Amino acid sequence: MSVLSLRMRKRVTNSLFIGLATFCFLLALVPLAAILYQTIMSGYGALSLDFFTQVTPPIGGAGGGILNAIEGSLVMVAIAALIGTPLGVFTGAYLAEYPGKFAYQVRLLAEVLTGVPSIVTGIVVYVLIVSTQHRFSALSGGIALGFMMIPIVTISTHESLKLVSSSIREGALALGISRAKTTVYVLLSTARSGVITGIALAVARVMGETAPLLFTALGSQFLMTSLNDPAASMTLLIFDFGTSPYENSHVFAWGAALILLVIVLGLNIVVRTASRLKFAATE
Amino acid sequence: MSTSLTTFGKTSRVHKRTRRPNLFLILLIIAAIAIPCITTIYLYALFIGSTDSIRAFGLNFLFNTDWIPNPANGGPPSLGALPAIYGSIVTTAISLLLAVPISLGVALFQSELAPKKLRVPSVFMIELLAAVPSVVYGLWGLLFLVPFMRDYINPPLKQFLGFLPLFQGPITGLGMLTAGVILAIMIIPYGSSVMREVITAVPRSQREACIALGATNWETIRTAVIPFARTGIIAAVVLALGRAIGETMAVIMVIGNVARISPSLFLPAETIPSVIANEFTEVAGNNVYLAALFELGLILFAIAFLMNLAGRVLVSRLSYKAGRDVSA
Repeated sequence: MSVLSLRMRKRVTNSLFIGLATFCFLLALVPLAAILYQTIMSGYGALSLDFFTQVTPPIGGAGGGILNAIEGSLVMVAIAALIGTPLGVFTGAYLAEYPGKFAYQVRLLAEVLTGVPSIVTGIVVYVLIVSTQHRFSALSGGIALGFMMIPIVTISTHESLKLVSSSIREGALALGISRAKTTVYVLLSTARSGVITGIALAVARVMGETAPLLFTALGSQFLMTSLNDPAASMTLLIFDFGTSPYENSHVFAWGAALILLVIVLGLNIVVRTASRLKFAATE
Repeated sequence: MSTSLTTFGKTSRVHKRTRRPNLFLILLIIAAIAIPCITTIYLYALFIGSTDSIRAFGLNFLFNTDWIPNPANGGPPSLGALPAIYGSIVTTAISLLLAVPISLGVALFQSELAPKKLRVPSVFMIELLAAVPSVVYGLWGLLFLVPFMRDYINPPLKQFLGFLPLFQGPITGLGMLTAGVILAIMIIPYGSSVMREVITAVPRSQREACIALGATNWETIRTAVIPFARTGIIAAVVLALGRAIGETMAVIMVIGNVARISPSLFLPAETIPSVIANEFTEVAGNNVYLAALFELGLILFAIAFLMNLAGRVLVSRLSYKAGRDVSA
């Protein structure tokens, strides 16, 4: 009898625990569902042809679109990718190729840098570039985002290169191929899909950044004529319009949030699914 | 003639071979020092930017509760970081209180309990939550969560726990409680992914020994998994704290932005990053004011850097330990 009740108690406790953990998981997903639902519902009404072909109205104003914000986001993310990709990939390759105490410390520092608040990056670029040039610009916004990308790409490249089996590396070196060629033509090309996945995820990440742009790109109502102009971005637009007291501006912000979510989450879904399929296929 | 040409060609190839790795080496050195250089640049720029404020206020900046950038009498500004530091500590504490247990539940569900087929999709969905830009969290927080807290969460809290100073004062929906809630939502994906990582690093033999003794899931986790992963879980909490303290956009949109130290979680307040972002446009040539904002950035950098360093060192030690255990 007592053995039976002990077993019962064990089972009840266990079920309670499983139920609680499952509940936590579902609870964590509620905000995701709520945000997606709200953004689609509230943002859908803002979409029209004008929304993609016109520049932003003044806050509170009617009409207009987010063309300048899309332009600004794309240009600044492109600048960031130009800075972040080569430096990040090469640093990641260095970490994978020359492991040791120094590489460990660089890797640690890269991980710490990914945790540094993005607003700090905004201040750094403001002090170094904006305040010396006396102007806010798309270029400085792109540089700020690029600074953020370097450690992210470094870590993802390092991780992908670590997955390349050492027999491939040793085989290439045994054939007398130089270390440089081995790294570029054998290792990086073997790990290509992982490296590209990492870059794409880093792009998605910096595309959603706002805080570093407050001090660098500033925001703008117009299309830019050069990289030295202040630039709009979708994130800055969501912030400016969302915090205004006007109802039609809120709709505008939801519309921009919808487009941003489609791009950022879309990129995440496509890239992660593709890399997982590939991974499953090679397994 | 022809032989000498071949020799010439050969030597030049050898020459090239010895030169190429040099270029490669230079590239690698640049790559290797990029990360330490960036870190140094950050520190340098933050110090340069906050010089005026450090000169004007010294250490007093950390303890001053005033935030008067432009005194009415035209005197020198009196600026202190304490209200912002206080707001950061309180909102981060609320967010950890909510997020740590939920993150642990999520991590255990994903690593130990979910059926095999659901594991990958469950991780994927939480990853999507982490991918949502913080300004979108902010927009949702401002236009949905703030009214929701004002109408459904804060009134009952005030009614039943109103004897505590934490739950007194007018209810607007904006304030430290709402900021803490949105921070919790934002750090759950991060916290749970680090926890999942350290829980999966627990050697299989630990679990199998427990299961062989007839332990249930709960008993296995309580006696074998959690004790082994304890350091890693603490590291995850520290890393999540580092994230929460630096979050800017979502907080700025729901906290109300008032420099004030009050026990009430319902009242508008501010955090270190929210002050920086919110007041940057109001500086208008006031150099000490601008430098004070940047000094807040320096403080934020120092806190986030140390938290992340501590968390990362703990995690890397742990995976090393687990790795050695498996190979032994």
